[in-house]
Amino acid sequence: MSQEIHDGWVQQVDQETFMENYFAAQRDHIFRNVEVLIYVFDVESREIERDMHYYQDCLEAILANSKDAKIFCLIHKMDLVQEELRNKIFTERLNELKTRSEPLKITAFATSIWDETLYKAWSSIVHSLIPNVRQLESHLQNFATICEADEVVLFERTTFLVISHSTRIEHSDVHRFEKISNYMKQFKLSCGKFQAQFKSMEIRQANFAAFFDVLTANTYVMVIMSDSSVESAATQMNISVARKHFEKLEVTHMPR
Amino acid sequence: MSHFDVDEYSLHTSPVGNDLGNEEDPVQDHRPRLLIMGLRRSGKSSIQKVVFHKMPPNETLFLESTNKVIKENITSFIDFQVWDFPGQIDYFDPAFDSNVIFGEYGALIFVIDAQDDYIEALSRLHQTVTRAFQVNPDLTFEVFIHKVDALSDEYKIDTQRDIQQRTTDDLVDVGLENVPLSFYLTSIYDHSIFEAFSKVIQKLVPQLPTLENLLNILCSNSGIEKAFLFDVNSKIYIATDSSPVDMQTYEICSDMIDVIIDISEIYGRTNSFHYIDEIYGDDQTQVETNGNAGNYGTTTDTANDASSLIKLTNGMVLCLRGVNRFLALVCLLRSDNFEKHGLINYNFGCFKQAIAEVFELKRHSAAERLRRERMRLSESVEDNVGG
Repeated sequence: MSQEIHDGWVQQVDQETFMENYFAAQRDHIFRNVEVLIYVFDVESREIERDMHYYQDCLEAILANSKDAKIFCLIHKMDLVQEELRNKIFTERLNELKTRSEPLKITAFATSIWDETLYKAWSSIVHSLIPNVRQLESHLQNFATICEADEVVLFERTTFLVISHSTRIEHSDVHRFEKISNYMKQFKLSCGKFQAQFKSMEIRQANFAAFFDVLTANTYVMVIMSDSSVESAATQMNISVARKHFEKLEVTHMPR
Repeated sequence: MSHFDVDEYSLHTSPVGNDLGNEEDPVQDHRPRLLIMGLRRSGKSSIQKVVFHKMPPNETLFLESTNKVIKENITSFIDFQVWDFPGQIDYFDPAFDSNVIFGEYGALIFVIDAQDDYIEALSRLHQTVTRAFQVNPDLTFEVFIHKVDALSDEYKIDTQRDIQQRTTDDLVDVGLENVPLSFYLTSIYDHSIFEAFSKVIQKLVPQLPTLENLLNILCSNSGIEKAFLFDVNSKIYIATDSSPVDMQTYEICSDMIDVIIDISEIYGRTNSFHYIDEIYGDDQTQVETNGNAGNYGTTTDTANDASSLIKLTNGMVLCLRGVNRFLALVCLLRSDNFEKHGLINYNFGCFKQAIAEVFELKRHSAAERLRRERMRLSESVEDNVGG
């Protein structure tokens, strides 16, 4: 386990003495103004009691210093658990965590770096952090209707995590956003090797067209169209018009 | 990963491909062969799984060692057969009929584990080449110096030089200095294995000069920097224009295909399933099941109409056009040149048409060639009996 500090949201634990000292000395400093606590548990850990002890320590500090913080627990390294046992173990841990976290409310995810679960977890975390998410969703919904798109998805620009989406035509694959996050990130890495980044992408097949484009300084948008009679240029035009609108939305509502 | 049909030790007579008439069915048995040989645990099966089945490289760790010859038909722009040999095969076993194995038009790929002591592998390579060359001097011999991902760049070059030197010396000693051997440094963890396979396959494409010429014409008339003709499923490029191939360009083009296929898998599939079934009926399912790759059906069918565009921040544009069921053209050009995209689109159309004609011609001549080869084969069998 490692300690990470992520944009001022403080994350988690271990490395015994170092952490103990650090926690003791700077406890108030670390846990002041925390918006989100993300606590990562190793599912294979042999010292569950000790993990829990640390965790509760953190919670106490949170409770004392920033009691409105959102708390997320990642039950991590799930790939090491047999597939049929995963659900069971996860529910067990979740229940235990819930009781231990009283009176704070927590959200937990089973994650692994080897599949899309981590994207899913992080996407929900990011999603919960956006202050005007409802408003964003309704604007996205309008945009999708105007474009006559099957689906419009908003991604965070550096991580490709899903911020929000609007689906007009239901899709059978519920994990598609995590997959797309993953694919796009892979491709971003390939572009990096080529000393470039991608600006926009258009994928047109017989039965659908997908458009990726920069929307605002912090986001990419993906528009899925299944009506092949709509020219690419029309959709691109729609995106570029929407750009100004969403930019405004972001400036007024997203704290920098 | 889904499972694929492989045919073990029997000639494949599958009704592959609905675009080939029945009268040409025997062609299937005379498709060019890729013989993959090498010592055990040198990585032969891993290569085959990664290149032709899209297996993620890290999963190949769990592959069992191959203990019999595995033949597999690859249906693509040229239909060919991949024979994966077990490392411990005994050439002096009476069941090992070199005439049958080496007799066909194709390539022999010998895989050497560069991380291991390769002296034994080299003597095996020598044995294999001399034997195969006697039977069929037309085979192309390719040596993959494999698993080089763990070696430093300098050491890679040294290893290649050493292996190349020893092999050619050995061959000169037995008077076979004219056997053309090509050497490649490969690894399944990067694009080098695809690049090597591309070059191997290109030697087996009789239309290569024509294709290259077409690509050159396309490039010069549309202001394209680099163009590749890709086999979509394996991401092998079967031809490129005559400007030098830069590994980075190849990688980004091949990654582009990846991302397009992946996204198309998600959004192309739901609506198209019934549609495909209706059009192709049972034939299609057959192609899918013996089509050798788990997700063969969807990708190839969509490949035909695919058209994609990626704009990069460094002023380059990547452009993909489906050419036929198996092939896609991927181009890299400057965005200034892309201004005239109407013209470029028109040129793509012409190119697509030209490629279709080239392969149409091949289909007509296939039957003819087959007849000639049969005659040649029967002659050589008679010769052998006589001798």
